[in-house]
Amino acid sequence: MPDKKSEEKKIGVFVCHCGTNIGGLVDCEKLAEYSKTLPNVKYSEHNLYTCSETGLAAIKKAVQEKDLNRVVVASCTPRTHEPLFRECIEEAGLNPYLFNFVNIRDQCTWVHMKDSKAAFEKSKDLIRMGVSKAEKLEELEKIIVEVNPTALVIGGGVSGINCALSLNNQGFNTFLVEKEAKLGGRLKDLYQVFPSDREASELLDELLVKVKEAKKLTVYSSSKLKSINGFIGNYEIEIEQRNHNINLNVGIIVVAVGATSYKPLSLFNYNGKNIITQLELENKLREDQIEANDIVMIQCVGSRNADREYCSSICCMTALKNAIIIKEREPNRNISILFRDLYTPGTIYEEYYRKAREAGVLFIKYTPDKQPIIDKSVVKVYNQYINSEISIPFDLVVLATPLIANNDNRELAQLLKVPLEENKFFLEAHVKLRPIDFATDGVYICGSAKWPADISESTTQGLAAASRAGTILSHKTIEVEGATAYIPDWNKDLCKGCEVCIKICPYNAIVKDENNEIQIIQALCKGCGTCASTCTKKAIVIRHFTNEQILSEILAFGGEKVA
Amino acid sequence: MDSSRNVMVVGGGVAGIQAALDLADMGFHVHLIEKKPCIGGKMAQLDKTFPTLDCSICILAPKLSECYRHKNITIHTLSEVKKVKGERGNFTVELLKQPRYVKEDVCTGCGDCSRVCPVRGVYNYFDANLTTQAAAYIPFPSAVPPVYLIDGEKCAYINYGICELCIKACGAEAIDFKQKEELISIKNINSIILATGYDLAEFENPLREYGYKKYKNVITALEFERLICASGPLGGHLKRLSDGKEPKKIAFIQCVNSRSDKAKKYCSSICCMYSAKEAMIANEHDNELESYIFYIDVRAGSKGFQKFINRGEMEYKIRYVKSKIAQIEIDAQQNPIIVYEDFESSKIKKLKVDLAVLATCIIPPDGIEELARIFKVDLNKYNFIKTDPFYPLLTSREGIYTCGCVHEPMDIPRSVAEASGAAAKAAESIREVEI
Repeated sequence: MPDKKSEEKKIGVFVCHCGTNIGGLVDCEKLAEYSKTLPNVKYSEHNLYTCSETGLAAIKKAVQEKDLNRVVVASCTPRTHEPLFRECIEEAGLNPYLFNFVNIRDQCTWVHMKDSKAAFEKSKDLIRMGVSKAEKLEELEKIIVEVNPTALVIGGGVSGINCALSLNNQGFNTFLVEKEAKLGGRLKDLYQVFPSDREASELLDELLVKVKEAKKLTVYSSSKLKSINGFIGNYEIEIEQRNHNINLNVGIIVVAVGATSYKPLSLFNYNGKNIITQLELENKLREDQIEANDIVMIQCVGSRNADREYCSSICCMTALKNAIIIKEREPNRNISILFRDLYTPGTIYEEYYRKAREAGVLFIKYTPDKQPIIDKSVVKVYNQYINSEISIPFDLVVLATPLIANNDNRELAQLLKVPLEENKFFLEAHVKLRPIDFATDGVYICGSAKWPADISESTTQGLAAASRAGTILSHKTIEVEGATAYIPDWNKDLCKGCEVCIKICPYNAIVKDENNEIQIIQALCKGCGTCASTCTKKAIVIRHFTNEQILSEILAFGGEKVA
Repeated sequence: MDSSRNVMVVGGGVAGIQAALDLADMGFHVHLIEKKPCIGGKMAQLDKTFPTLDCSICILAPKLSECYRHKNITIHTLSEVKKVKGERGNFTVELLKQPRYVKEDVCTGCGDCSRVCPVRGVYNYFDANLTTQAAAYIPFPSAVPPVYLIDGEKCAYINYGICELCIKACGAEAIDFKQKEELISIKNINSIILATGYDLAEFENPLREYGYKKYKNVITALEFERLICASGPLGGHLKRLSDGKEPKKIAFIQCVNSRSDKAKKYCSSICCMYSAKEAMIANEHDNELESYIFYIDVRAGSKGFQKFINRGEMEYKIRYVKSKIAQIEIDAQQNPIIVYEDFESSKIKKLKVDLAVLATCIIPPDGIEELARIFKVDLNKYNFIKTDPFYPLLTSREGIYTCGCVHEPMDIPRSVAEASGAAAKAAESIREVEI
């Protein structure tokens, strides 16, 4: 076999007119001619549309007839067209990484639309640079990772159960690990749930029946995660169940650990007797133990303040629901809800707010600078609307407290190597478009572990996590990008183990192995280059963007001859 | 029952796109149906998104190309479902596809047809009808599919048999005036996901009280998005439509047509956040600019939302006025004057501003009743697709799932999560037979 490195480089350059987008401003024929003068360029042509069937056929023909081993296309943008051209040269028998894109539309004829001469000169520069890099390109292989079609769901509340059930129904073996003795999470503490007014226990029973029937689902209750090793497709998990260690092998992990209800120990004279939380009220409602006649509910207790900036999003509906239940049982009871902004978005929740008002619940807005005060048997609150303080007698005060992040989130986050946000909830890959993924491939997040969520939203997110996981578990193997970071053998001595790369990698792809050596997990690496540009010893190399390749472009731009 | 591995997703907005991508990545074949000439939905029209202030099209565009390039996704644009037969596991769906007059597989998206097209003044829906374009057009530069179309109602050749300039200009020979409306039958669909999104209540009565369409400086929030967007009609330099003056004081009116006995009783869910976002972007363009947000309740419950609102108040000259709006008047310089009952003082007050932006209410998409009839799914009393809070993605009909604003007003993150959730239900339905 001929040595690839010493093989003669034969580069073909294809300049695209893109209709008039490029060709209307600069002379593509001249660019093609100019390309022929560059080192190692054996062939060039210009096409009306290089991306059209005719253009692609021309590339394939030239590769075969002129025996080209590198292809450069100067056209629109790699954003939309790089995959197409890579595929094209692969069909012509070349490794797809032996293709280089030169962007002369977006970066030349579009941005310099009013200066055709500059656009032409810049196009020449970019082509010269692109050809120079192409000469240095190396064949790369996509990395194939085997997938164990088994899922681990951590947390057996509403989101975790729904996720595990869906994974089971999709045909994947699933382990559901719950730290408490029974499944159900916060649903176990609730009486009736909004907005259906069904009993929580009834809903939980429905889910538990399905769990029992699920053939591929195994539940480990009273269990805790001890260690996690591996990466997407191949995780080794150790859990501890009543002092026994159990080892599990899974392909993906879903975090569904839920959240904790905040206890307002030092707020509003909370005493657990006649000043209680909404959660404690649920219990009293279930037992039908409400004797109070004058009930005052206070919203945003321990939230939307300096300590905890966020709105917990479920408390307004909880208060409305409990107020309506009380009013329905005994319409003559007085209920006042002291609120800041009532959070009932959408159709059904807003309807619920109306229903509470129609049932005679009194709503009084307060502002954070004038908090309600509990004074013996009255709640004093400043009422903006009549511009004076009013006193409301009470025999029961109910405080709406937020859901807060679990105490042990930090520990779990470290095991999984995933981030938490400032309130210690888990942080997803992207708030807007990747709400269920972590930045680390193969790990997903759903329910209140991410942010306070009601039953409806937790159910949805549990299913969503099952879908995201399904995109991996459906395949025996997955293919990941070949242009990754690595430490070549000849650079091993350079690495001093400073771990900056581990800290900075946004995909948690870098670890230290048992020999205390830096390992870049190829299956997780996206080739972003952050580690290589940070490595003080220049030990890390990014395939397809090596220093040699980038330098050759820079030197080609400066007009220096590249050795 | 034969096991079908095909799913149909109706609606190519961000929800439909996410559902299609998840299912396609699982190895199932997806037919993605879109009524408009391109996918992307409302999100593609937005300037930036809350709470991260990411450029909307920049984060959406990669998903659009992924859909386009995915070997398991067939995109049907300009298409509407007309008939559905069969049941879960084996639906047959009939589509009506409007002619594009451009061969989708031949057009390279160069735009030469549009440049020579002599017909001008065709309203561009993508720019909220604030701009006009040629009869041969692409809705926006990174549209998917990246191909042009010819507006059959405006084209000179189609209507008068003259012109043909585009045919001569098109080097790829993609123009095809022989295309006709076409009925396409797609068989063997296992399940269907309805994700047809929403419309905005723009033409109902309360808007007239606010002077919309009567006063040039009273605009809707979606129009504002286009006006401030770098790719929009003003190139991102916000100006008043009446006189080109740069606004220094903007009023954002919340709950327009929503939470009201006169219009929609429900809450539109997303307006508190997008209004705060719009006020922030406006201030980023001009640090002197102040905004007043007239509101009933500030609803900022999702991740990072309250922090975002607080940041707006602290750093972007946003003031919140709890109030009820009576009407909007106008002075001789076309400055809107907001007449409102101030909650804090219980007094009727007036505030003169340069521009008023109306947060119009999310309503079920046009044709929802027809959609419900065709797919035989129930609607709720607000005319959104009916779902059960405990089974939030199931419609009344087995094998048909839903996600996004077509069943409840919601923001993008929730639509995306729901889309994945609906994809999971469809996957369960397919796998049930296989396992």
